[in-house]
This record gives sequence, C-alpha cells and structure tokens, in this order.
Amino acid sequence: MRWLLKRGWMYAAMVAVSAFALFPVYWVVITSLKPRSEIYTRTPDLWPSDPQWDQYPRVLGEGHVGRALLNSLIVASGTMVICLLVSAGAAYVLARYRVRITRILLILVLMTQMFPLVVLVIPLFVTMRKAGLLGTYWSLIITYLAFSVPLAIWVMRGFVLSIPEELEHAARIDGATRIGAMWRVVLPLAAPGLAVTAVLSFLEGWKEFLLALTFINDEDRKTVPLVLQSFVGRGDTDWGAVMATSVLYTLPVAIVFVLARKHLMTARTAGAVKG
Amino acid sequence: MSIRIDAVSKAYKNGPVAVDEVSLEVADGEFMVLVGPSGCGKSTLLKLIAGIEEVTSGSIHIGGRDVTLLDPRKRDIAMVFQSYALYPHLSVRQNLGFGLKLRKTSKAEIAQRVDDVARILGLEEMLERKPGELSGGQRQRVAMGRAIVREPQAFLMDEPLSNLDAKLRVSMRAQLSRLHERLGVTTVYVTHDQVEAMTLGQRVAVLRGGVLQQCDTPEQLFDHPANLFVAAFIGSPAMNLVEAHGENGTARFGSCQVPSAFDGPFILGVRPHDLKLGPGIPAVVQVVERLGTETHVVAGIDAPRLRSAALTDAVDAAASGDEVLLADEDRASFTVVLDARAPVAVGDQIELTVDPDRLHGFDVESGKALPMSSVDPAARDRWGSPAPAGDAR
Repeated sequence: MRWLLKRGWMYAAMVAVSAFALFPVYWVVITSLKPRSEIYTRTPDLWPSDPQWDQYPRVLGEGHVGRALLNSLIVASGTMVICLLVSAGAAYVLARYRVRITRILLILVLMTQMFPLVVLVIPLFVTMRKAGLLGTYWSLIITYLAFSVPLAIWVMRGFVLSIPEELEHAARIDGATRIGAMWRVVLPLAAPGLAVTAVLSFLEGWKEFLLALTFINDEDRKTVPLVLQSFVGRGDTDWGAVMATSVLYTLPVAIVFVLARKHLMTARTAGAVKG
Repeated sequence: MSIRIDAVSKAYKNGPVAVDEVSLEVADGEFMVLVGPSGCGKSTLLKLIAGIEEVTSGSIHIGGRDVTLLDPRKRDIAMVFQSYALYPHLSVRQNLGFGLKLRKTSKAEIAQRVDDVARILGLEEMLERKPGELSGGQRQRVAMGRAIVREPQAFLMDEPLSNLDAKLRVSMRAQLSRLHERLGVTTVYVTHDQVEAMTLGQRVAVLRGGVLQQCDTPEQLFDHPANLFVAAFIGSPAMNLVEAHGENGTARFGSCQVPSAFDGPFILGVRPHDLKLGPGIPAVVQVVERLGTETHVVAGIDAPRLRSAALTDAVDAAASGDEVLLADEDRASFTVVLDARAPVAVGDQIELTVDPDRLHGFDVESGKALPMSSVDPAARDRWGSPAPAGDAR
C-alpha cells in the first residue's frame, strides 16, 4: 500500500504521458484501417468494426507513395551522410584548434539558423534556378544541409570536446596520422554524437515540405510530404489515403531509430583516463 | 637509441616560456628522469620529444636522426601517459596491438607479440576486457604494455605511477626498474616525486621554470647540488638551510655558530642525516616523528628563517611542508634524522653537531653552490668539535 502511494503517482504520470504521445499514432493507424464509411461518423469509433488493409496497396499503387518514399529516402539519407561528414570534420577542427577565429566561426555558423525559412524560399528558388538545379534531389539536399550542418557542428563539437585529447596523442605516437587518430579513436568515441547528428539531419530531409513544394514539380521526384498534400483536395480530402501514407511515412523510420538508439547512446569513454 | 636535445625552447603565444634553452643528452639505454615542481616544463619537454608539441627553437635528435620537424608517428618512440590514455572502445588485446596494426604488422606477429607482453605483465586473463572493467593498477600495466609491445627506440613516461596508491606505486617502481634492466631501452621519465627520481634514474635532470638546473647522477645531485633549488628539492627530509656569515673559519647564524671554510655572507645548508646529537648548535625539539627505522626531529634554532624564492619553490614541490607549518614563523628550524630509539621528546633542549666537511654553501644572490673546501684543521680544533668526515654518516 505504501509502495503504491509512493510510486503509484509516478506510474500514473507515465501512463498519462504515454497516452498523450501515443494516441495520435494510434488514431492514424486505426483510421487507415477503417472503411470510408466509418471515417466520417458523428461519434468517433476507437476501433474499426471491420479492419481493412486495402488503403495500403491503393496509396502505393495509384498514389505513387512507393516512389515518394524512395525519393524521401534518397534526399534524407543524402542530407544525413553529407551532414555527418562535413560536421564531424568541422566540429573536430573547431574543438581542437583553439584560435581566436574559432569563436567567430562558431557564431557565423549559426547565422543561417536566424532567418525564418519563408524569407529564404524565393531567393533560394532563384539561386537554384540559376544553378540549374531546380527539380533535382540536389536542390533539396544542398538546402537542407545549409540548415542541418550548423546545428550538427555544435552538437558534434560538444562530443569531441568531451574526448580527452591525450587519447589522440597516444594514437599519433602509436603510429596514426592526425586524420587516422580522428578516424580510429575520436569518431568511435563520438558515436553517440554521430547518432544524434544522423537522426537530426535525416529528419531535416525527411519531414521538410515548403522547400520541396517550391523546388520539385516533377511527379517522379516528389517526396512524401508533397504526395500527402496531393490527397488533400479543395472539396474532398482522402483521409484513408492520408492516414495510410502517414503510417508508411513515420513508423518504419521511428522503429529504426528506436533500435539504433539502443546501440549508440551508451557512453563509451569509460576507462579511458583515470577515475 | 640516444636522445639529444639541443637548446630547445618552447614558448606559448601570450604565455610564459615553458621550456627555456634546455640541452640534454640521454645515452643509449639510459634511464633519465626529469624532475621538478609542477609547471617547471618537464611534461612539456617530454611532449616536445614525443612530437605532440612543436619546438619554438632548438633541435631534437633520436638515434642520430633529426626528428625536430617529424610527426610523432615517425619518431618511433612510445609514451606512457599519466592518465594512461587507453582506448576505451577497444579491448585490452586491441589496445596492445593498436600500434602494431597501424604499422602493418602481420596478424600472426601481432598476436604473438601481444601474448608475449601480456605474459610479462600478467595481463593474460584480461585480454578480452575493456579498459573500463580494469582496476587502476591493471590499466597502468596495459598502458605500459602498449609501449613495450611496439619495441620502440625509446620510452617516454609522463608520471606513470602518480595515479596509483602509495603501496602499489612502490612495487611498480621496483618493477619498472627491473623492466628497464631487462629491455635496456632508452627511457625518459617525468615525475614530480623526488624519491621516484632518485630511485629510478641513472641520471636525473632537475628543472625549474623551464630552465635545466642540474643533470647528474642521483648521488651527485644529493652530495653536490649545483644551486639552492636543487639542494632544497632533492633529498627527503629536505636540506636545512639558513642564512649565515663566515669569518675566520667560523659561520655564524643567529646566536649559533659552526666551523666552516666559507667566507662572507652565504647560505648554509646541512642535510638532516649529517646532523647528530652533540655539543654545537642549541635547539628546542618541536616535532618528533618515529618512523620505526629512524626518527625525524624538527628542532627550532635561534636564527632567522631563510626566505628565498628558490627555497619556497622547492619546498612546495617536495611537499614536505609539514615542518614549515609547524615551526615558528620567523625562526629557523632544523630537521634532524636520528636513530629509531633516540631519547628525545617534544620540548627537550638538545644540541646538534655537524661535520664541517658536510656543510653546503650557496651564494646569497645567485643561489649557486660555493666550491666546497675543507675546513682548516686548526679551526676545527678550536671548536673542539666533532667527528672526522668518515664517521659523519
């Protein structure tokens, strides 16, 4: 009884928070399984009377969601890989070479974060058109990098700073070049930082809508958010398609991140130096 | 391989000169210890030899090869860090084999050499563990093993024992000595602990403020310190120092006097082991420390306390500040090492005697050692005082 009083409220709070976070997901999933007649009801049903999977083949077929998922994957992974390479290198340099310009660079790097996206859309459109990149994956990847790299540099720099410099000295004396020491010692130890950076930059490319809408016209290059938007009509919205696409769009990524987190988030510097 | 350091300096931008024109030669197979208080530049000097830091001026040769501008990896040296700096994401086996792998040694040979070193250091049981799962002493051995397995031209060690507890440190010290005898690899060893320096070093280089004070065998450092700093820094308990004035074969300090050949104002130094009970300097016992094998006595004498930068530096570094804290602020005190069962107690009035040949003299201005000269036998007779040189110890 005392245990219940002591711990009970904590579990109650946990249940409440989980319900708050999971209910929208649950709602999306069950709505995607409802027949059209049950989507539009006066009193919402918490469980479809007759779960149907036919929305999925439909959106993947007619809706070109398969192609859109591939496009999103290409753009998001491209952003992620390049962001990791650039930010890891930049963060290392900004962490290890402490000259006066470092501080200025760190501030400058954040400048891009200060503009509202809407202000930048038109100039970026003009730039991309002049560069002949409009409608390509690169137009999106390059723009997403401009927004994800600065934050990634800050995150990674923090992780690099937490790795004792002596480990690098040891590696260099052991026969590694400076880059070799970074590759073999610093990056493996900064794995949690790389994971955070990977997730953030991947999501930057995965979720973005406004720029994709501006840059991409070609049906074959559309990312998932654009396809989702195409289901929303002026008079009629195809909620079944929206929900089924949303499930395909979010759940696989979420599951991958949850699995990866387990492997990457543990601290790895234990035992490096005294203590 | 021998290491030659030629007029090496290291200055940081907007900072002090960490190493100032140090020249040093370490012979092939020699165990050289760099010792000094913290901030004296000994660790920086080691990093310069390793190539982790770049020299501002001067040159470094290892085995006759100019390595001044070479990358650390091309210098073929191994370093043991104070913090051990083990790679936490690699197992002990991978830690040991890391350098060999980078040097493209064959897998079979890496395995062979790692196993050999693991056997020497008793690490066989823990080869598959990660550094985080090891005790301090075990990590220390892995760090040592990582250096040995490479079979480098020279070992550089930066206070490798300072993170161990006192007992382990003593046994590790002995094992280090044996290891050096067995491998015969040139070693440069940095420590702030003068006992470690004296017991391990074939030669010891004393640094202060980036400047090399003296480099010699432990015996020479102890018996013939080049200056006040070395005198105060080397030896435990530390040398007793007092400002004195010499005239006609007699040195006076406060109301005390001893026979001595030094003339004019000078700083008189006498090792605690060279003082004995007997007629001479009157003193009052302030502290008695019975260590079992011997007794340390701190006794106040009637003379003003010596104040000198060199002295405070050395005393701080030697961390034997106890006596200083306990003594009267402006009166000098002498530390004396007596027999285990010497009949003294706190508050006793005693008299201390010293063999004049074992007195040290230093210049008041420069702190440099004055040439040792024998005391005129006539002067000694006048004092009716103590034992001939042979019995002094």
